[in-house]
Amino acid sequence: MSLNELWFVLVAVLFVGFFFLEGFDFGVGMSTRFLAKNDMERRVLINTIGPFWDANEVWLITAGGAMFAAFPNWYATMFSGYYTPLVVLLLALIARGVAFEFRGKVGNEKWKKTWDMSIFLGSLLPPFLLGVVFSGMMKGLPIDADMEMKAGLFDMVNLYTLVGGITVVMLCLVHGLLYTALRTTGSLQERARKLAHKLLIPQAALFVVLGVMTYFQTDVFEVRGLLLSVIAILGVVVFLLAGRFISKKKDGWAFGMTGALIALGFSSVFIGMFPRVMVSSISDAFSLTIDNAASGQYSLKVMTIVSLTLLPFVLGYQIWSYFVFHKRVHEKEHLEY
Amino acid sequence: MDPIMLARLQFAVTTIFHFFFVPLSIGLALLIAIMETMYVVKGKEEYKRMAKFWGKLFLINFAVGVVTGILQEFQFGMNWSDYSRFVGDVFGAPLAVEALFAFFMESTFIGLWIFGWDRLSKRVHLLCIWLVAIGTTVSAFWILAANSFMQHPVGFEINNGRAEMNDFFALITNGQLLVEFPHTVLGAFATGAFLITGISAYKLLRKQDVKFFKKSFQIAVIIGLISSFGTALFGHQQAQYLVKTQPMKMAASEALWGKSGDPAPWTVYAHIDSDSGKNNFEIQIPYLLSFLSYSSFDGEVKGINELQAEYEQTYGPGNYIPPVRTTFWSFRIMVAAGSLMIVLGLWGIYLMKRKKLESPNKWYYRLMLWSISLPFIANTAGWVMTEFGRQPWTVFGLMQTKDSISPSVTSGQILFSVISFTTIYAALGAVMVYLFVKVIKKGPFAEDSHDEHSADPFGKEGYHVS
Repeated sequence: MSLNELWFVLVAVLFVGFFFLEGFDFGVGMSTRFLAKNDMERRVLINTIGPFWDANEVWLITAGGAMFAAFPNWYATMFSGYYTPLVVLLLALIARGVAFEFRGKVGNEKWKKTWDMSIFLGSLLPPFLLGVVFSGMMKGLPIDADMEMKAGLFDMVNLYTLVGGITVVMLCLVHGLLYTALRTTGSLQERARKLAHKLLIPQAALFVVLGVMTYFQTDVFEVRGLLLSVIAILGVVVFLLAGRFISKKKDGWAFGMTGALIALGFSSVFIGMFPRVMVSSISDAFSLTIDNAASGQYSLKVMTIVSLTLLPFVLGYQIWSYFVFHKRVHEKEHLEY
Repeated sequence: MDPIMLARLQFAVTTIFHFFFVPLSIGLALLIAIMETMYVVKGKEEYKRMAKFWGKLFLINFAVGVVTGILQEFQFGMNWSDYSRFVGDVFGAPLAVEALFAFFMESTFIGLWIFGWDRLSKRVHLLCIWLVAIGTTVSAFWILAANSFMQHPVGFEINNGRAEMNDFFALITNGQLLVEFPHTVLGAFATGAFLITGISAYKLLRKQDVKFFKKSFQIAVIIGLISSFGTALFGHQQAQYLVKTQPMKMAASEALWGKSGDPAPWTVYAHIDSDSGKNNFEIQIPYLLSFLSYSSFDGEVKGINELQAEYEQTYGPGNYIPPVRTTFWSFRIMVAAGSLMIVLGLWGIYLMKRKKLESPNKWYYRLMLWSISLPFIANTAGWVMTEFGRQPWTVFGLMQTKDSISPSVTSGQILFSVISFTTIYAALGAVMVYLFVKVIKKGPFAEDSHDEHSADPFGKEGYHVS
């Protein structure tokens, strides 16, 4: 494997890791709006993700940093091309991040409602926008010979990317509900599990629509038909297993399955694009690839050494932190937020 | 409107705002780690309460620092895509390492620290706050490594029209970094310390929780004095490095148009007329600029006009003079604020040694409350000087600001983002100050607002609470 390929895989892994991890805390954030019946339940929900959401978000920052360092042209084209959606994404993440810390600091209804709204919108908008962005990248965007992306509103937002966005939101929501089932008790746990079960059907429908549209609207099946078909079949299996585990109340396993769905879904985005990193809708020749978008070999080599040395520690302490907070969150204990 | 001006405005606003919180996080993390260490070593509950109380302020501040930091990483690609293409190979690496090495550490261990009081052993919990403190400091190292490359590019070669890294070790041992990092981090320690001394002074003035705040004051004033003094020392080193590597920035920060003469005097005040390239009125201290530049009382410093001619020879025709007035005054504001901090720190140590902290010198305590603003003023002025003084370059000698912008982004888009970020930042700033005041007023012995609120039997949600 060349260093360019390795870094493409690493960037993909960082994004997949981000959606797997922050996916559930986005889901929990969204569910505070309709799953929690009162302030205490909302606090329980928020406290289940309290120790983790910040580190989960760092996966996104690291993915961005890795893109910048390993594929500066990919980073430059994508971030300047998707300017406005990224502004909204950042505003949402800002409002959400401070809301966790702020909401409990003043005992006033209006105050809490404001920050609860921030948590809800801040958890709903990012997966939606990122779904729009990633499906748009697969479909192709007007990227010219200078690697500049000059996309109008409808290049970015169209039926295909909207379905992409909604699918990601739904994935995160179900993933988050199962995480809630895993970390809470009593009626909250029951309700989370039930809702997750109910949402499986619309989620399946979204997947089918997105899959069919992907077949007709992108070239990814022409390029990697076999591999993507295998992933699709795996997806169906994982999906059925998720349903089964939920009915058997095996929340951990069910959560693993929705995580696997997220991983399969986002892997197929990267697999479908490879070796391109951004598909040009103007001409194939203008697409950014892992070669024309990349840093020099020296840079990639240094970064490979640094990151492969650090990665075991990073993963180690993150896993440990999940182990420390593996107990379920009760209403009666001290709630931080 | 000019997209470059808008993009620069956005960078200035978001970076300055972000940099209110970063130094405070770095400084408070260290002080809280020290307090918790005293708790673990001495076993006294008061130190634990101290770590928790100052920890509340730290967390509010940390939250704003984190969320405003994400934008910093994104906006290079969003507003400055040509810059990102040109230097991504070199500049991206420290940012990626920062995320991997520092951000993960901070964010994981801060979660463990907040939620881990009852779940972790004392020692492991203490380790968590130290790892947060180390993480924030390491993060500063990497971001300053990236910034130092912009001030003094090293470890690269130009290939295919862009900068490519060829020596990573040179990048992280950049002479600029070796003076900029200690200067900035010590300034950050001082920022945390002055917040604690200022609030403690306010509380001592009002005779509230005297024992608690006297202890806090003592710890913080020592750290505050040492770090302010260290900041000045490394500032001096940095000035000397500047004369060698960015003489134009030095000349601009002195509003020195012609030659300085030998020995060179330091200009305290100047009435600068940038248009005609001269000062109408100056107050000078003899020998001092020579000392600042070379640590000796002789030596000449090059002026703006001479350097402009040199740069035109090297880089071709163009205007290489940074905004002189801004650079000149931000330097003086920084130095003045820093010097005041040292004086106030010494005064505090004197009162402490004389055991006069409990019979308060009202003037001193009032001054200390106001002096919370000093490190923020100094930090901001320092960055303004560093970044304005480098103009018209983004990477000194390699790439100019006007060539760094994203070609595909319109003024309208940038205007939209400038307005939305400025609005949300202003709101965050206001909320943060409000929360700080609230936490401080309640003091270290108050219960959580959550509990008060939940206990209200007439509240709609009172029924669900045991």
